Amino acid sequence: MSAFTNHFAFEFRSGTRDKTLLMMNYLFPLGLYLLLGFMVTGIDPTFSEKIIPAMIIIAIMSSTILSMPSPQVKAREDGIFRSYRVNGVPAISILSMPALTTIIHMVIVAAIITATAPLLFKAPLPANWAAFILFFLLTAFIFAGMGMLISVISNSIQSVVLWSQVIFIPSMMLGGLTFPDSFLPEVLARIGKLLPAIYSMKIYQGLAMNYETTFNPLWSIIILLTGGVLSYVLANYLFCWDTQNSTRRGHRALAVIALVPLILGSTLL
Amino acid sequence: MNDTVIKVTDFRKVYGDFVAVDGVSFEVRRGEIFGLLGPNGAGKTTILEVLEGLRSSDGGVLRVMGIDPTREWRKLRNLIGVQLQSSGFPDIMRVDEALRFFSAYHGITPPYALLERLGLSEKMSTQYSMLSTGLQRRLSLAVAMAHNPPVIFLDEPTAGLDVPSRNELHALMSELRTAGTTIVLATHDMAEAEKMTDRVAILLNGKVAITGTPRELTTAGSGLTRISVRTENDSLSEQGTTFPAVNQQTFKDDYAIYYSTNPGATVSAIIGHIEAENDALIDLRVERPSLEERFLEITGTGDGK
Repeated sequence: MSAFTNHFAFEFRSGTRDKTLLMMNYLFPLGLYLLLGFMVTGIDPTFSEKIIPAMIIIAIMSSTILSMPSPQVKAREDGIFRSYRVNGVPAISILSMPALTTIIHMVIVAAIITATAPLLFKAPLPANWAAFILFFLLTAFIFAGMGMLISVISNSIQSVVLWSQVIFIPSMMLGGLTFPDSFLPEVLARIGKLLPAIYSMKIYQGLAMNYETTFNPLWSIIILLTGGVLSYVLANYLFCWDTQNSTRRGHRALAVIALVPLILGSTLL
Repeated sequence: MNDTVIKVTDFRKVYGDFVAVDGVSFEVRRGEIFGLLGPNGAGKTTILEVLEGLRSSDGGVLRVMGIDPTREWRKLRNLIGVQLQSSGFPDIMRVDEALRFFSAYHGITPPYALLERLGLSEKMSTQYSMLSTGLQRRLSLAVAMAHNPPVIFLDEPTAGLDVPSRNELHALMSELRTAGTTIVLATHDMAEAEKMTDRVAILLNGKVAITGTPRELTTAGSGLTRISVRTENDSLSEQGTTFPAVNQQTFKDDYAIYYSTNPGATVSAIIGHIEAENDALIDLRVERPSLEERFLEITGTGDGK
């Protein structure tokens, strides 16, 4: 096997062998899906219309934002990246393999949600499957990029938790996942647009379901794509092998550049 | 043909205001085991990590196989094998996975025979975190050696190893030397350094205090050879008995112990005395100063001259 396939296979197995990753990749999102599905659809039947995209976004956030960065930070602080470096493992592999394998785990979870939601909660299936795939890929792309960026700029697990929650909790509340963003006051709606979740929802609603949306979902595609690209570029630029002995190429505050498309979206849309 | 594999000239490394390494120079030749000795904080690990391309240099010129490890560290990856002092592999990585994983990045077929040689073949499916410290060190060594590099850096390789494993490692190092591999060994174990190295550099406060072969270093010290003698009737314990070239003498556990600058003359005189006293020799040992004693002498005074 090539170095790529070996590394990929190892990282993929880690996602099920590591109990924390198994929990955050599968058990937490699927458990939450069942819990919210049975609870919320009983109270608000319209929730069944968005349970598929909402739960897929939550699952992606759980695996990429909440769980992916911590093992990376621990590996760097434990000196594992130093072993990688002296044995020729490139930085780009260290950064991209967890993102790629996490996306594969998310394909499985998304498939389970999409297959079971119509049966369990009478959720409508996407009208446009190509747009649904685009919705999934762009959502996974930007959140994996952001998870990667969090792992690069955090020096400790505590720091990872802080940054992860700064994205996760507001996304749950303001990202249109549990209730429509149109219900939010103007200020909170603007804050919600600083996070990728709302744009993912618009792509699903506008392109995969052909529903009317509050702004053109093509803007969402541009924002998620540029935000994702910036996250990957910045993560690669700010990567360091060992926070104690090697220096970064730039200050960690540069990571905020990844938010520029989202800030523009919040201001202009 | 130039036999110098590693050349360090006036190397300097600073952490903030602290000068960790200050003007260190040495050369390592092809196929030799070169020891870096020194107390904690002397700069051994810093020197190794700069040579390995893990840290940058703050001054001087360093070359490993003609390559600048600070600027061109990527070129070194297939030329060096590294066993780091403090680092490891992911907790959930299994032994066979580790060998496959790193072998793939070196572009080679995993040499599973090496795992057998290092006593890891029965632990192939064991995760790294479940291995004992000694087995973790062995796995790290296996990965360092897997791609058969011409230069290997070993940082405290026998720390945590039991005696059979240590002997096995020493045998392996000897084989590698015979095969032409250059080994740079940082160790606290003076017996290991004396037994295994061809040349050593003793570091003190970030500077090279002395370099040479272990024999050169031990003979360059105070030069006193210890002679321990035990006789049947304790004739050597008589007051006023003196022998030529003896600087110092003590009695311990029925042994008369002499420190001599000329062991031949001293031993001849001792035997003559025993015969003259109609005593009988039970035991006589002549011991050169060990590298450890020389090391303590150097690090104790801070002056290798």
